[in-house]
Amino acid sequence: MKLEVDFALCEGNGVCAVEAPEVFDLDDDDNLIVLEAAPGDVLRPKLEAAARACPKRAIVVGD
Amino acid sequence: MRTIAVAGASLAGLSAARALRADGYDGRIVIVGAEPHLPYDRPPLSKQVLLGAMTPEHTALLGPRDADLDVDWRLGSAATALDLHERRLTLADRGEVRFDGLVIATGARVRTLPGALALRTLEDCAVLAGALDGGGHVVVVGGGFIGAEVAATCRTRGLDVTLVEPLPGLLERVTGPGVAAYLAVLHRAQGVDVRLGVAVREVLPRGVRLDDGSTLAADVVVAAIGVEPETAWLERSGLELDNGVVCDATCLAAPGVVAAGDVARWPNPRTLEFRRIEHWDNAIRQGEHAARRLLGRAEPFAPVPWFWSDQYQHKLQLAGSPAGHDETHTVLEDPERGRLLTLYRRGDRLSAVLAIGRAKLLVRYRALIEAGTAWDEALAVA
Repeated sequence: MKLEVDFALCEGNGVCAVEAPEVFDLDDDDNLIVLEAAPGDVLRPKLEAAARACPKRAIVVGD
Repeated sequence: MRTIAVAGASLAGLSAARALRADGYDGRIVIVGAEPHLPYDRPPLSKQVLLGAMTPEHTALLGPRDADLDVDWRLGSAATALDLHERRLTLADRGEVRFDGLVIATGARVRTLPGALALRTLEDCAVLAGALDGGGHVVVVGGGFIGAEVAATCRTRGLDVTLVEPLPGLLERVTGPGVAAYLAVLHRAQGVDVRLGVAVREVLPRGVRLDDGSTLAADVVVAAIGVEPETAWLERSGLELDNGVVCDATCLAAPGVVAAGDVARWPNPRTLEFRRIEHWDNAIRQGEHAARRLLGRAEPFAPVPWFWSDQYQHKLQLAGSPAGHDETHTVLEDPERGRLLTLYRRGDRLSAVLAIGRAKLLVRYRALIEAGTAWDEALAVA
């Protein structure tokens, strides 16, 4: 599964870290950290929820 | 169901349509919108678009993942009546849409103040941005979220700004007095003239008159005094209307009729509140939930409400429901760096958390609210 994050758009709202904590986290300055660059398919529903809930539409989940 | 109609072509309606397709619904979807536009994102209107840092075109919500949405768009003509018995919408252009299932997502209408500009739509934003191009002094009427954001944007554009709010603090209705006072400090530090505890009585040709009789000169007056649910078109429908479309806990308003977004009032079994939520995040989640309800999944809608607001370089977020709180506890307060973390207690539970500039901590406490964590336990984490 392909996961793309546009760091230029990301504002560190952290919604993705709520939806998919296995993959997303924030550092102490609220910058996004991607913990898992190539997540397994089992995480797809969570990643799609993160993409839907991201206020900046910075997350794209591909095939 | 062969046809599902969605009244309202903004975020909640779009989210409902996406969820219908994601859940395999392959019937017809008709989305009716009062505005002439395809769905667009409203949060940037008070921020990046008004600032000139984002073009209106970039607010478009439809993207590559919507290629298979297959929606029959009926834009620029609002739904004006609903006949529940005949399962039929009437539109402003006298057209009709027959349906088997209906999603009501007509959102809210901005309250206006005669003589002042308002901000809700792309057109409102263009008019306001044009007025601000003339420079000068702006009076913002109302210190809620939109008012505070518009004041911040105007100030960032280099205008002189006076923000007038009848309550003793900014965003006080939502956040409570402690946080509201802090926000006033933040705005004053940016040079905004924050006038609290005083209301605008009327808009004058070149300013406003306050209810203490004094006047403020202004080149532009912006009213940010809230919204009303868009339910006038439903008055003879037979649906129960009471500050919104009244739904059950599953978002059902009548058999085969659901509501979502700013217009929907429902009992949230988690927060025990019976209210509407005007947040961006709720429009998405409730739109999705209501769509699945229409397809037969009768689960209660029990979200932890969440929203964000950007003012200057500060990001404010609130998760949970501070309404009716018994106590607040400020974990962290650093006005110099614009940071704040406040917890809210209702009964023996952590009911809400507000963060400015500490999204990482907000994420942590939001999870505690989701888990129904006791107040003492939440304080121990702090």
